[in-house]
Amino acid sequence: MNLEQLAAVNRLIARHEPVATVTALEEGLLPGDRLTVLKPEEVSHQPYAGAILEAFRTGRSGIVEAEGRRFFINVHLPPVKLVITGAVHISQALADIARIAGLDCTIIDPRTAFATEERFAGTRVLAEWPEDALPRLGLNRYTAFVALTHDPKIDDPGLLAALRAGCFYIGALGSRKTHARRQERLLKSGFTSDDVARIHAPIGLDIGAVSPAEIAVSIAAEIIAAMRAKRRAE
Amino acid sequence: MSTNDAELLVKAEEWARAGKKIAIATVIETWGSAPRPVGSHLVIDAEGNFLGSVSGGCVEGAVVAEAAEVIASGEPRLLEFGVADETAWRVGLSCGGKIAVRVEPVT
Repeated sequence: MNLEQLAAVNRLIARHEPVATVTALEEGLLPGDRLTVLKPEEVSHQPYAGAILEAFRTGRSGIVEAEGRRFFINVHLPPVKLVITGAVHISQALADIARIAGLDCTIIDPRTAFATEERFAGTRVLAEWPEDALPRLGLNRYTAFVALTHDPKIDDPGLLAALRAGCFYIGALGSRKTHARRQERLLKSGFTSDDVARIHAPIGLDIGAVSPAEIAVSIAAEIIAAMRAKRRAE
Repeated sequence: MSTNDAELLVKAEEWARAGKKIAIATVIETWGSAPRPVGSHLVIDAEGNFLGSVSGGCVEGAVVAEAAEVIASGEPRLLEFGVADETAWRVGLSCGGKIAVRVEPVT
């Protein structure tokens, strides 16, 4: 690999675009000829196109053989997104954990006193209403959504959008009583009880968390458990 | 801090742009129980500083030593590590698995 190739890979990763490097494993090649940097749309002309597309689909890197040659495909998929409503104390800890764990975190809170860069160094913070911010973020089944404000005016629009988008994890902070009222509101909005049951509440794995940081750990663990559900079942 | 593999490659680019000679080690194949999945990286400079991991700490020392020679020669190397007690003089994996690690220079 040369520096230009490394920089090209990093540029695509930074833009959250999928990228694969394909390394020819036999000896005697010039260094620049050993490695190819590929985006999914550039794969079709390669002799090992099927294997690379499969790697893009599954996120699994590995060795393939094509035309009697061996190649190592290393695939980098965009990070899983974590969208949080509420620029609160728990979110500050959760944003830090998300960064370490490689999740792409965005925090939404229309209350400008909460949603400041100073409180969330290094994390994307949008001081907007969820109705305005969420369409731009493009929630999907590779997104985790977490509602942390306790305020239905801010949390509910986010939960509605997350349920509609089929986010792989949806969690909402609040007591059982708060959540019961929330469930009633969502049912009135036309969601089924199965839909509403997808929301993790009380939020987080039950580790007896007390401090905001501990609660953030329990939420992050629950998100990772949902993200790796298939692997856990194996 | 660089704890995930995407951040490691950014760090590798920073090191290279700062004029450091570096190598990137990558897990390219695993058999049985392996501590780190295929695609995991270890970034090493000529002074033996390193970031990331290919085995969670079991064989990094050996990879760093090989990386010094890869950086000096400019030629990639393929390393294989199996269980620790297989050959008494060599480091290995206590988990019983086997991994193949490719170490390549950034030129």
